[in-house]
Amino acid sequence: MDKSPQDGPAIIVEDLVKTYGKQRALDGLSFTGEQGQVLGVLGPNGAGKTTAVRILSTLLSADSGRASVCGVDVAKHPQRVRKLIGLTGQYAAVDEFLTGWENLEMMGRLFRMPAKAARARADELLERFELVDAGKRAVKTYSGGMRRRLDIAASLVARPQVMFLDEPTTGLDPHSRIEMWKVISELVADGTTMLLTTQYLEEADQLANQIIVIDHGRLIASGTATELKASVGGERLEVVVGGAAEVQAARGALHHITGEEPIVDEEAASLRVPVRGGATILPAVIRALDDAEVTLKDLAITRPTLDDVFLTLTGHAAEADSTSDASEGAQQ
Amino acid sequence: MTSVSMPANEGVFERAKWWLSDAWVITVRNLRRIPRQPDMLFFITLQPIMFILLFRYVFGGAIEKSLGGESYAQFLMPGIFVQTVLFGSVGTTGIGIADDMKRGIIDRFRSLPMSRTSVLLGRTLADVALNALTVAIMVAVGLAIGFRFEGSFLDSVLAIAMLLFFGFAFSWVAAFIGLLVKSVEAAQSGGFIWLFPLTFASSAFVPTEDMPSWLQAFADNNPVTIVINALRAWFNGTPVGSDGWLSLAWTVGIIAVFAPLAVWKFRRASTQ
Ligand SMILES: Nc1ncnc2c1ncn2[C@@H]1O[C@H](COP(=O)(O)OP(=O)(O)OP(=O)(O)O)[C@@H](O)[C@H]1O
Ligand SMILES: [Mg+2]
Repeated sequence: MDKSPQDGPAIIVEDLVKTYGKQRALDGLSFTGEQGQVLGVLGPNGAGKTTAVRILSTLLSADSGRASVCGVDVAKHPQRVRKLIGLTGQYAAVDEFLTGWENLEMMGRLFRMPAKAARARADELLERFELVDAGKRAVKTYSGGMRRRLDIAASLVARPQVMFLDEPTTGLDPHSRIEMWKVISELVADGTTMLLTTQYLEEADQLANQIIVIDHGRLIASGTATELKASVGGERLEVVVGGAAEVQAARGALHHITGEEPIVDEEAASLRVPVRGGATILPAVIRALDDAEVTLKDLAITRPTLDDVFLTLTGHAAEADSTSDASEGAQQ
Repeated sequence: MTSVSMPANEGVFERAKWWLSDAWVITVRNLRRIPRQPDMLFFITLQPIMFILLFRYVFGGAIEKSLGGESYAQFLMPGIFVQTVLFGSVGTTGIGIADDMKRGIIDRFRSLPMSRTSVLLGRTLADVALNALTVAIMVAVGLAIGFRFEGSFLDSVLAIAMLLFFGFAFSWVAAFIGLLVKSVEAAQSGGFIWLFPLTFASSAFVPTEDMPSWLQAFADNNPVTIVINALRAWFNGTPVGSDGWLSLAWTVGIIAVFAPLAVWKFRRASTQ
């Protein structure tokens, strides 16, 4: 397959709408993903991430709007798109009763590789994903992490130009998640264009060059992780003092130093104030608070996380309970 | 602007070649799964053996009296063959498809540049192989209880081929139902119900002449009866008459109706 670079974004989504009855899973979603980059699609449960991936990977047709991969329209030429993409869906899509090797070999054959090439590719991928021994066993004996790795390997069989990874680490334990990140980073280093959906802000931060945030089927923000964080605001100083009685004195001192009005939480005896210059401001803060005879219980400079971004943009936090239902697909 | 290089239009011949190649890959996949589900294999083979023995020894004595000299084993086996093959087709294909649809594997297949419908063909072909295995076991049991191939070698081959082809046709019916119901549980219960009247209201276990006239009218025109009668003729080495052609016509007709229906349903299910 010809891999010459082409002009224009690798992934274009324009005004996609998909409804299920009254439910608008996608409500005029538009975004683009650049060649050779990782686009992180961030959104809570039900945001429409899977729906968007399924439309882009030709599994689902949209009600209206357009989507294209490497310049090929997914609705008009689905068969061509299928030759360009690799899909790792939200739930592991490998055959439980086949061995790892048999799964990969089957994919190669279905990608219409000659038998010998398909076998060689299966061996190669098992090696690369550290599944050589497991490759001889039926997939139903695999752990969740192994299954996921095999699933990704299966979508790489034909060396796709664009990869879709739908929540590749949901339901994995922290160890397997880190392992998966390593795998994904390596793919990225190889120059594969990737669309990666996730509910984990940390994951998008780690892996994606460009992030879009979607909620209720609409785009609500986009940019690099740094840009998104900046949009929420810069660094903040957080101070916890000895008691409610000291709050006013602390407030005065912080206002004096930063020139900003602190946000006060009387009950927790804590104060927050935007700052510039990072840790260099700390000695002055400590001196000023000491002069004001305030007992310092805790002091920290915090940078906004993508969680803050999320909270600010959607008005609700990224849901933490999502792992429970998302892991079901991997089970028998 | 596109970097994709491929023939603008594959020829019909080329497409047919890939369709069969893809179907073969899927067939191999389904065949590989069979020995890895020994519990399923056990029940699939146990059930027909049980039927043969129960019918032969529980009903055999009573029914033999109305057969006018023919041994019940000889009468029974073609019926059991057809019944088992139909239940086998409907069971493995229907449940297999419903199960596949529920799992991510079908999405993976659909995201590949393979021909869609080869997934269905691969399933129905693998189930022919599974039916062939159960038929082989039943032949062995049949021979042990007194069943004999009285016709020529060609007659016997024709009979077995017709039997498997008829099962293949019902695999398409089952595929359609499996795609219709979507849940494995529904395929398991609902998928079978209609087979009971079809196989029991036929000449499978008793001569239709002993049925009430309204039922006999149905049974005599039941394709299951027609195929069983053709099989009996071939196994007994008697003239098969119109039953041979009618069996073939019914089988082709069932495929002609249900294969497109299953394909249509499969395509629809894939874009929702
Ligand atoms: N087949 C379907 N039938 C009806 N509603 C659906 C269907 N698929 C998705 N939806 C609805 O569409 C919306 C978007 O679903 P989608 O699966 O795209 O979300 P998601 O962002 O992938 O969520 P998650 O993080 O839970 O995977 C949800 O409200 C969901 O309930
Ligand atoms: Mg999802």
